[in-house]
Amino acid sequence: MTSPYAVELRDLWKSFGAVSALRGASLALKKGEVLALLGDNGAGKSTLIKILAGVHRPDRGEMIVDGRPVDFRAYSVSQARAMGIETVYQERSLGERQPLWRNVFAGRPLKNRLGFIDARREKAETMKLLADVLGLKGAGLHADASVLTLSGGERQGLAIARAMYFDASIIILDEPTTALAVSEVEKVLQFVARIRKAGKTCIFISHELPHVYRAADRFALMERGRIAAVLEKNDVTLDGLMRRLMMGGENDELA
Amino acid sequence: MNWRNYRRQTLVTLLLLALWGAFAAASPVSFGSARLYRSFMSTIPVTTILTLGMTLLIVAGEMDMSFPSVSAAAAFVFAWGYARAGFSPWAAFAAALAAGALMGWLNGLLVVVVGVPSIIATIGTQFLWRGLALLLSDGVAIPLAQVRGTSLYQVFTGRLGVWGVPAQALWAAGAAVCLGLLLNRRPFGEALLFIGDNRKTAEVMGIRVPRVRVLAFVLMGFLAAFAGMLATLELNNWWPTQGDGYMLLVFAAVFVGGTSAYGGQGTVYGSFVGSVIIGIIEAGIVSAGLTGFWTRFVHGLVIILSLSGYALFARRR
Repeated sequence: MTSPYAVELRDLWKSFGAVSALRGASLALKKGEVLALLGDNGAGKSTLIKILAGVHRPDRGEMIVDGRPVDFRAYSVSQARAMGIETVYQERSLGERQPLWRNVFAGRPLKNRLGFIDARREKAETMKLLADVLGLKGAGLHADASVLTLSGGERQGLAIARAMYFDASIIILDEPTTALAVSEVEKVLQFVARIRKAGKTCIFISHELPHVYRAADRFALMERGRIAAVLEKNDVTLDGLMRRLMMGGENDELA
Repeated sequence: MNWRNYRRQTLVTLLLLALWGAFAAASPVSFGSARLYRSFMSTIPVTTILTLGMTLLIVAGEMDMSFPSVSAAAAFVFAWGYARAGFSPWAAFAAALAAGALMGWLNGLLVVVVGVPSIIATIGTQFLWRGLALLLSDGVAIPLAQVRGTSLYQVFTGRLGVWGVPAQALWAAGAAVCLGLLLNRRPFGEALLFIGDNRKTAEVMGIRVPRVRVLAFVLMGFLAAFAGMLATLELNNWWPTQGDGYMLLVFAAVFVGGTSAYGGQGTVYGSFVGSVIIGIIEAGIVSAGLTGFWTRFVHGLVIILSLSGYALFARRR
């Protein structure tokens, strides 16, 4: 509770072969805020969050979580999860053909005294989670059902609920509303509102500016592997944000 | 209990009962005698153990085409160590299992670290280990008659109790229970399911994907060696082409048992029953008075029927 920031990223560099995805990106996330990460495809958004989530290791740079520097050599997805950093990916957050209960607890099983997965307890907890998150529909669903039986919005909801269940302090949403029907988008935005209400910090990546504008407190614009600007919601309208994004691209082309 | 989740298991059980019923009706004398079942219990365990190992690999989205050679090469280590180098039977047995695990580990490294697709990598090692066994043995069998009197023989392939139950049947049943628990109730098994479902998902769930994949190959190598040892002890003989006949039978048993060829789905129970189905067909046909030539035809029929059954009735939704 010493630092006002949930996480600080300082001067991150990362290249994949000849492609440099990050070129000195720096970003600080305040505790309890919803920050939108915006930018064109290839601007480096996804690389940035994958470093945060422990999937990639940067070539250079620092990461400070709640005031403490992270040792990247020992940093991994499970470590990120253990530190309360949880990512909800657009498509691959859930194993589609696996039952819901396995999806909630995979990688973090509830075990019995003999070291075996306690399936009964995991199913009971999953049922509670479903009823809580998906409401009446959730109560009608069984923990044994496969993910294929859920709608797109419900899948995002389950992944977000899973993050909250394990008490994540930083939740990263990677394009959670892309490819969803309008009514499903509404559900996801409600989940984002819940994250904020619970006092968690959230990074929201999306191409759908109107969704982002409703959900976020601040907007970080990424261009060519760097954070080009960070805007407060009070300082910018939706139109202004759109213009700023388009202009950013044009400036780059001139440069 | 949601019975819909057990449709595949129900289907394969019904298939076994139907086949058994048909054979028993066609030849009530042989199918009513204990001798036949004793013979089943001495031969089917080898297929069962191979099938169980293959099931876990296929669940994880991998294949192993090298297991017949791994079986033979591991059993060669035993035969050579015991009959030629004067190892104690148990030491030679342990060496054989270690050799199997090592060969499995090399398969895993080729696939996971070097990045060769498993079906191709293991076709390569299939030739490699068979070739090595042929070279080292000069292509001749190693008779092991003296193994009969040893405690090793008694423990793994002896005949137990008043009914003379072959010990390997109990080992196969025990292996099925252990591997069933491993797949369904241990994090390792859950990791196999998620890796086979979608490797990227498994990664972002914090599953150590490369490690689990390599270990799955190690387990397959170990089980192939164990199966090879059961066959060698049962017949008191090692021969250079040992294991070759199992290749297609094992894949047939896995898929008849309801495991998905796409990975992420499969049951140990289904594979166990699948291996029994594949195992009783030959004996059933012969005792029904048909020629052995029917065997392949009926195998084909059973495979096509069961897979169509899964495709039509057992979709998960």
